[in-house]
Amino acid sequence: MTTTTHTVTFTINGEKKTFATRPDEKLLTLLRREGYRGTKYGCGQGTCGACTVLLDGRATYACLLYAMQAEGRKVRTIESVGTFDKPGEFQKELVAAGAVQCGYCIPGMVMSATALMETEEVFEDEIVKEYMDGNLCRCTGYEKIWVALRKTLDKQASAKPAAKKTAKGAKK
Amino acid sequence: MKRHEKARNFKQVNTSVTKIDALQLALGKDSYVADFVPNDALIIKMLWSPHAHARIKKLDVSKAEKMPGVKAVLWYGNVPRIAHCTAGQGFPEPSPYDTFMFDKKVRFVGDRVAAVAAETEEQALAALEVIKVEYELLKPVFTLDEAMAPGAPVIHDEAEAHVPIPIPYEPKKNLVAHVACEAGSFEAGLKQADFKFDHTYETPYAQHCPIEPYTSLAQIAPSGRIHITTSTQVPFHCRRIVAKTLDVPVQKIRVVKPRIGGGFGCKQEILLDDVTAMFALRTGRACLWQFNREETFRTGRTRHPFRIRLQAGVKKDGTITAINMEAINNTGAYGGHGLTVVSCAGSKVLPLYHCENIKFDGKSYYTNLPVAGAYRGFGATQAFFAMESLMDQMAEAIGMDPMKFRQINHIREGEGSPIFAALGEGREGTPMTVGSNALAECIVQGAEAIKWQDRKDWRGKTGRYRRGMGMACLMQGSSIPDIDMGAASIKINDDGSFNLLVGATDLGTGSDTVLAQIAAEELETATDKMIVYSSDTDLTPFDVGAYASSTTYLSGEAVRKAAADAKRQILHTGAEMLGLPVEQVRCEDSAVISADDKHRVTYGDIAKYSLYQKNQYQIIGTASHITKKSPPPFAAHFAEIEVDTWTGFIKVLNYVSTIDCGTAVNPQLAEGQTEGGTLNGISYALTEEYLFDRDGKMQNASFADYHIYSMRDRPPLNIILVPSYEDTGPFGAKSVSEVSINGAAPVFANALYNATGARVREFPLTPERVLKAIKAAEKK
Repeated sequence: MTTTTHTVTFTINGEKKTFATRPDEKLLTLLRREGYRGTKYGCGQGTCGACTVLLDGRATYACLLYAMQAEGRKVRTIESVGTFDKPGEFQKELVAAGAVQCGYCIPGMVMSATALMETEEVFEDEIVKEYMDGNLCRCTGYEKIWVALRKTLDKQASAKPAAKKTAKGAKK
Repeated sequence: MKRHEKARNFKQVNTSVTKIDALQLALGKDSYVADFVPNDALIIKMLWSPHAHARIKKLDVSKAEKMPGVKAVLWYGNVPRIAHCTAGQGFPEPSPYDTFMFDKKVRFVGDRVAAVAAETEEQALAALEVIKVEYELLKPVFTLDEAMAPGAPVIHDEAEAHVPIPIPYEPKKNLVAHVACEAGSFEAGLKQADFKFDHTYETPYAQHCPIEPYTSLAQIAPSGRIHITTSTQVPFHCRRIVAKTLDVPVQKIRVVKPRIGGGFGCKQEILLDDVTAMFALRTGRACLWQFNREETFRTGRTRHPFRIRLQAGVKKDGTITAINMEAINNTGAYGGHGLTVVSCAGSKVLPLYHCENIKFDGKSYYTNLPVAGAYRGFGATQAFFAMESLMDQMAEAIGMDPMKFRQINHIREGEGSPIFAALGEGREGTPMTVGSNALAECIVQGAEAIKWQDRKDWRGKTGRYRRGMGMACLMQGSSIPDIDMGAASIKINDDGSFNLLVGATDLGTGSDTVLAQIAAEELETATDKMIVYSSDTDLTPFDVGAYASSTTYLSGEAVRKAAADAKRQILHTGAEMLGLPVEQVRCEDSAVISADDKHRVTYGDIAKYSLYQKNQYQIIGTASHITKKSPPPFAAHFAEIEVDTWTGFIKVLNYVSTIDCGTAVNPQLAEGQTEGGTLNGISYALTEEYLFDRDGKMQNASFADYHIYSMRDRPPLNIILVPSYEDTGPFGAKSVSEVSINGAAPVFANALYNATGARVREFPLTPERVLKAIKAAEKK
C-alpha cells in the first residue's frame, strides 16, 4: 500500500476522529473505507444522491467532496440516524409504506430528508421537492417514498409550533 | 363465485406484509456487493476501446505490468479465447457465441481492450495510461440501413461466431436473428379491409439506470475455489458462463448474489465476472470491479432500438382484418438477446387483439454501437408503441372512439391466439388460451379515473396550451414456458421457523418476501416464520433467475410445491405425535390439529420431536417447477397531457395505470412494481435517449445529460390493481413487474395527437420533436 502522510480530522456522527487520507481522496471513499458503508456510490458525478451525507447539517454529495475539505467540520452519515431497535421516524415510515425496493437510494434519501427536517420549519411540497430532487430512485416511481416522507413531515409539523414560511437552505 | 374472489380467504397471500429486508436497507446496513469488499482487495480498471470498429494491430502491456501496485494485466494475449454469450439465458442459448474475454478486434466505443488489477484505483488508472495500442481502423456500421446494405462491413468476421442451436444466424450479413410466421393470410385479410394502413415507427436507445452500477467481487476461498459475489439477476447462468469462459469446471465456482441495487434486466448479463474471476485466479487476491456511471452508460446494456413497420386493415365495423408487423432491431456490437427480443416484439403484442390474418417478420442486426440487452418490457415496449399508435389511427379512420375500438377487439378469457403457438424463443411457441383476464375491467376503471367521457376531438382545440387524452392497452407474459425452471427447498427449525432456500433472485423487487408469503400460506404459518436465503449457487436450488417476468409465477409455484411437500411431512409427524391417523389431522395456525379440534401440537413441538426425540428425521420439502403457459398480465393506461404549442413541452396532468396481475401476492409491492414501471416508462417516453457523436461515442453518459425522472418530475400517478385469478399460478398470481413500462410512449403519442392533431412515430417526445410534429401537422 502507498504510505500516507496526510490526515484529516472531523466530527463523524458526533465523534471527533482523525483519519489518514490523501489530498485526492474523496470523502465517500474515506467514509466507506472507514466502515461508514451505508453511504453508497451511485455515479461519482454528483447527480444521483446515493452518497448524500450531512456536512454541518447540509445535504452534500460525498462523491464530489475531497475528504480533506471536511477538516474541522461535522459530518453525519446514515449510521447516525437509526438502528434496528430504534429506527428514525422517516425510516419507519419508509418501511411501513413499502417504499424500499432495491433500497440503494434510500440512505441518501434519508439524509436529504434529515437536512430538510432539521433546517426548515414548514414543509410545503415545493420546499420538500427542492430538498429531495437530488436523490434519484429508479425502482419506486417515488410514490411511496413521497407518502412516507409526507407522513413523517406532517407528524413532525404537528408536533412543532407554527413557524414562518420560508425555505432556509435548500441543496444547491 | 367470481374468479378473483377465490383470493378472499388467504391469510398470508394477498396481504401487504412488510418487505423482509426493508429496514435493513433503510438503515444502510451492509447489503450490496461493494459493502463486502475486503480493504486489501485489488481494484480492477479496464482500458476501453475509443473506436467503434477497429482491429488491434499491436498491444503492449509490458510497461503497465511493471507499474507500481500492479498485480496483473489481462489482454487477448494471456487469456483463453473461448466464444461465449454474455446473456444469462437458458442453455443452450438461442443466441450467438460472439464474445471473447478479450479479442483482437473492438466493435464499439466502450469495448474491452485490456484490464489491470492494482492495489489502488489510482495505480490501476495510471497503468492503463501506459498500455500501448495500435489500431487499424475499420469502417463502422451505425445504422440499420448501413448494417443491412449489401457489402456492409462485417462486424463479426471471426471464425468462431456461431449459435449453439440451429436457427438463422448470418454474421457475414450482420444478421443476428430472423423469425417469421404467418397465421391466416395477411394478403387475403387486407383485401377485406375498408381502410388500409402502412406506417413505420422508431424507438430510441435507452438505459435501465439502476442506481447501483454493475459490481463484481471475486475471491479465492481457502479451498482454492473461486467465490464470486456479484450484482446479478442470474447467479446460476453466471456460474455456467464464467466456467465456460475461463475453461474451469462449474464445480470450482460459487456465485452469490447479495442484495442488489436494481437491475431491470441489465444485470441479466455476465459483463464483469469473467474478468474478476480471472484476476482472482491469477493473483490469489480479492479483486473488485465496479463500473463507474460513465462505463455503465457506455459499456453497460441498453434497450434495443427498433424500427417497426406496421401494415393493417380494418373494416368499418371495427373488425381488424389483417396485421403485418416487420420489426427490425439493432443489437449493437454483440447479439446476446437478438432473437428473444425480436420474438417478444411479436409474441407479447400481436395476440392482444382479435385478427385472423397476422404476419410477423422480425430481424436483429449488429451495429458498432453500444450493446443492447434485456430491459423490462423487452421488445413488447417497442412494439406496443407501434401497435397502440396504429390502433388510434384505425379507430379514427372508422370514426370510432379509440377506447371502444379496443374494447370490441381485445382478447378475452378462454381465447387463444395463433401467435402463442407460432412464436417461441428459438423454437416454436407453446399453444395457450388465456386464463385470467381482467383487461375489460382495467379499461372501465381507468377510463373512469381519467374521465375519458370528457375527451374532445383535437379539431376544436385552439390556443397556446392544448389538452389531450390518450390510452393504450398492454400485455406481457409470465415466464418462458417449457424453458424456465425454478426450484426451492424448505426445512423446519427447532422453534417452528423455516429456512426457505430459493435460487430465485430478488433484485429489489421484493421477491424474497413474496416467496415467503407463498410458503407461509401453503404451510399455514406466518410469513415472519420464514428465513429466506436466495441466489447462492452452493447452497440454494437452481433457478434460471429474475427475467421474463417469471419469479412470482414460476419460482412461486416451485415454492408452493416445496412447502406442500414439507407440509405432508409435518402432518405425518403431527399425526404420529397425536396418535391419530393422518387423515384425521389438519394444519392450521402453525400447528397440527385433530379433526375434533381437541388436540394440537405446534410446529415447534413437531420440529423438536422430529429432530431430537423419536423416529428422527429432517422435515424438508423440495420441489421444482416448469411452466406450460405464460399467462399475460394485462394493463390499460390513460393520460391527460397539456401541450405547449409554442415550445413543444408536454406537461403530464394525470396518468392512470391499471393492471391485472392475478392475485397480488403482496398488494403494496405489486403497486410498487407498477408505480416504478410506469414512471420509468414516462421518463423513457418523454426524455431518455442516447446521443452519439459521428464516431459512435455516446455523448450523454451522466445523469446530468441523460435525465431520468426525479421526485420533482413525477406527475400525478394513479395506480389501480384490478383483481383476477390465474388458476395455473401460485394462489392465483401471475406476473406484475414488466408490463407497466410499455404504456407511456403510445399513451403520450395518442394524447399529443388528441391535443394537437400531430402524429409522432418516434420518441422520446422532447420539446424539439413535439414542436416539429406540430409544425408538420399545421402544414397539412
